[in-house]
Order: sequence, then C-alpha cells, then structure tokens
Amino acid sequence: MKTEIEVDLVNIDGGNKGSVLRLLERLNVSVNEVGFDNLPKGNRPLILPGVGAFGAVMQSIEKGGLSQCVSQLVKSGTPYLGICVGMQILFDGSEETPGVNGLGLVPGSVVRFLKGKVPQIGWNKLDNLQNNGYEPGYAYFVNSYYAVPTNSSDTLYSADYYERFCAAVQRDNITGFQFHPEKSGAFGQKLMQRWLFDVSK
Amino acid sequence: MSANNLCKRIIPCLDVANGRTVKGINFTGLRDMGDPIELGAAYEKQGADELVFLDITASHEKRSTMLEWVKDVAKNLSIPFTVGGGVNTIDDVQALLQAGADKVSVNTQAVKNPKLITDIKIKFGSQCCVVAIDAKRNSDGVAEVLIKGGRENTGMNAYDWATKCVELGAGEILLTSWDKDGTQSGFDLELVKYFSENLPVPIIASGGAKNSQSFVDVFKLAFADAALAATIFHDGSHTVGEIKNILNQEGVQVRIC
Repeated sequence: MKTEIEVDLVNIDGGNKGSVLRLLERLNVSVNEVGFDNLPKGNRPLILPGVGAFGAVMQSIEKGGLSQCVSQLVKSGTPYLGICVGMQILFDGSEETPGVNGLGLVPGSVVRFLKGKVPQIGWNKLDNLQNNGYEPGYAYFVNSYYAVPTNSSDTLYSADYYERFCAAVQRDNITGFQFHPEKSGAFGQKLMQRWLFDVSK
Repeated sequence: MSANNLCKRIIPCLDVANGRTVKGINFTGLRDMGDPIELGAAYEKQGADELVFLDITASHEKRSTMLEWVKDVAKNLSIPFTVGGGVNTIDDVQALLQAGADKVSVNTQAVKNPKLITDIKIKFGSQCCVVAIDAKRNSDGVAEVLIKGGRENTGMNAYDWATKCVELGAGEILLTSWDKDGTQSGFDLELVKYFSENLPVPIIASGGAKNSQSFVDVFKLAFADAALAATIFHDGSHTVGEIKNILNQEGVQVRIC
C-alpha cells in the first residue's frame, strides 16, 4: 500500500511558495498550507521557503506567534526544511539585519559574501563532506548572504564562491538548503525526494 | 584567491507569438517552431541552465494568453526562466511572477520610465529584475541604446545606461549586440568584456553565437557570466550539451548534467 506523503508549507509574505508548491505537486506530495492564522500542529514535516531580507522574513514569521510555534515544534522533533532565507533564519542572526534575532535553532550566524558579484546568481557545485549518502551535484543559488554554522559537523554541503561557504545544513531533524531545490532541475528534485523519504520513515 | 565554482550559464532564448514559439525569417514572416512548453522542456533536458522567453506579440489584449503559457511553462520546468516582452507596469511584473516566471526582463519601458526598475526591486527584489539592453555601435564605435525592438535609437550611451540600471536596482543585464545579432559571427567580445569587468551584476551576453568557440571566447576572453543564443539551438545545429562538453574541456566551469 502506498502511503501518501503530507507536508505543512509555511506561508509567509514574500515567500516563493509557488515554485516549491509546483515541485511538491510533481512529486505527488499533498501540501497543507499553514501560517500565522492557521498554526502548524507538528503532525506533518514543515517546509519554509523564504525569499527577501532576513529581517523582513523574521518580521513576517513573528506574526501571530508563528515563529514561537515553529521553534517549539522543531525542538520537539518535527522535521523542518528551510529554503534560502528559510535556512538562514535557523541561525542566531544575520549581517543583513543586525539586531534582529533568528530562530536560534542551529548555532551560528549569517554573513555577506566579500568577493565576486553579489548576489551570487547561478549554478554552483555542491560538495558533501559528510558520509551520509547525499550525492554531490549542481544547484541553483541566488544569495548575497550565507550561514556559518558554529559546528562544522552541521554542514551538509559546501560550495565555493571565492570562499568556501555552507550551502546546506543538517542537524538532527533540521535541514536547510541555501540553494533552490525547486529550481535545480532533476538534481534538486532528487534532493527533495531524499529529504521527504528521510522524514517520512 | 580561493576557488570559485559558480558555473557559466547557457541560456536558450525562445520567441513566442500568440502562445507559439516562432522564428523570424528575414524580418518578413514568422515560422512556427512549436509549443514553448515542449521546447522549453527539451532544452532543460539538453542541459540548459535557464531559459528566456520573449513574447514578441505581447500587448494588453494578449496579456491573458501570455499568462496562460507562462503558467504551463512553470508547471513543466524545474530550472529558472525569465519572461520579457511588453512588460510595462509593476502590475504586469506581478502577474508574470505570480504565473510562475522567476525573473522578468524589461527593455523599452525601462528607458521610458526608469522608476519601473526601482519599483520591481522594492516590491520583488533585484534578483527578478533583468534589464535587457539592445546596443548598436555608432560610427565612432560607441554602443548606443536601441528601443522598440531596434526601431528607435535613443542615442544614449549603452554603458552609462547599464550603470544607471544597476543603481536603480537591476539584478542582471541582458546585453544584446545589434551589430552581431543574426550574423553568426561570434559575440561582441570587446563590448561584453567592458560590461562584465566594470559592472557589479551578472552580464548575459547575446547576439552573434555561431558555434562552441563563440561560447568559449565569450567566457574566457570577455568574462561573461552567461550567454544567450537562439538560432543555433533552434535549427538543431548545436545542442546545449555539446557546447557544455567543449566548454568543460576548455576549462570553463559549467554544469554537466
């Protein structure tokens, strides 16, 4: 018997949920939208796509106690996937919006690229330093900032843009992709499937 | 300096009229090249890094047809795509992004109303604002900005205009050489190099692609961040994959699928 996978997609202002929704549709995942007026309950894995400034995303997620709710669920073990700024807000704070706290679920901070054209736009090569079955490949990025996890063991993928940066993070039930799996062709789709498989075991 | 593994991008460009992909023949007729959704998916399979769709019939009345095919393209593609053609207002931009376009390209209207660039940046972010510049050299060799599909020369210096676009919030510049476009004599390397070296945003080189060597040159000699072509892909003489294999052999960082 086939069990259908269900996820909660966190809907915030400025999030690019459209393309993430389309990817999940292609993968036959049933999507339940949650937000400040319809808080998640922790019975499904959470996906938070985010585009825009760190501060704006934090402001938007603080509405209606959504951020506290998400933090509590993640701390109690609900699987979480953050995409782009949805990954960055997992950390303590960001150079993009000094003084605004992140969710603080993964120790570390978010800093700006120092060299090259910023934002970085395009496909970059992911290297996997952990021995966890996540394959190397190319993923599509649009970012000016990147996370620096305090514990190097939290880095799932690294990539190089004139400096080595953390392209994906994984710590217990928490995963974050700095790139856009929904825009990364067949490879992105495979990564998404892998995450869905892992969290629905 | 540490490594940079950001790949050079290959971007096929599709012209769309009334929801069909078309190709102009000597400026007189348009030949039907097929369904934009199928063609787009075929280019994604070949290894295209992004796609650009230009609606050459876009007008207010035809806006709904445009939104329909954009929605279908978005449903079927899993790489980023840009839509341009007749984008006049911030509402046009919003409708295209909502239909699933990742980026919108503006050209004539940006020249007439530069504030449109800033409005896009503020409302949706620079990352989705591509400014297309059609450049033609004057008798002194200085590149000037053409608008209205090349029908009107503004006399504006193309580099100055690009600089202003970046200040206003352009995320990328799509630079088309009208001296090279359609000639299949290679990209305008000197022009592309000047823009790429001096502007802080990615430059997408366009106009003149002939063969794999054109791409090797525009990346290795002119430092373009991306290169766009239409004819050589549509006529089947080259695939994106073949060009990328040669780029890879030449030491240019590309995404190999």
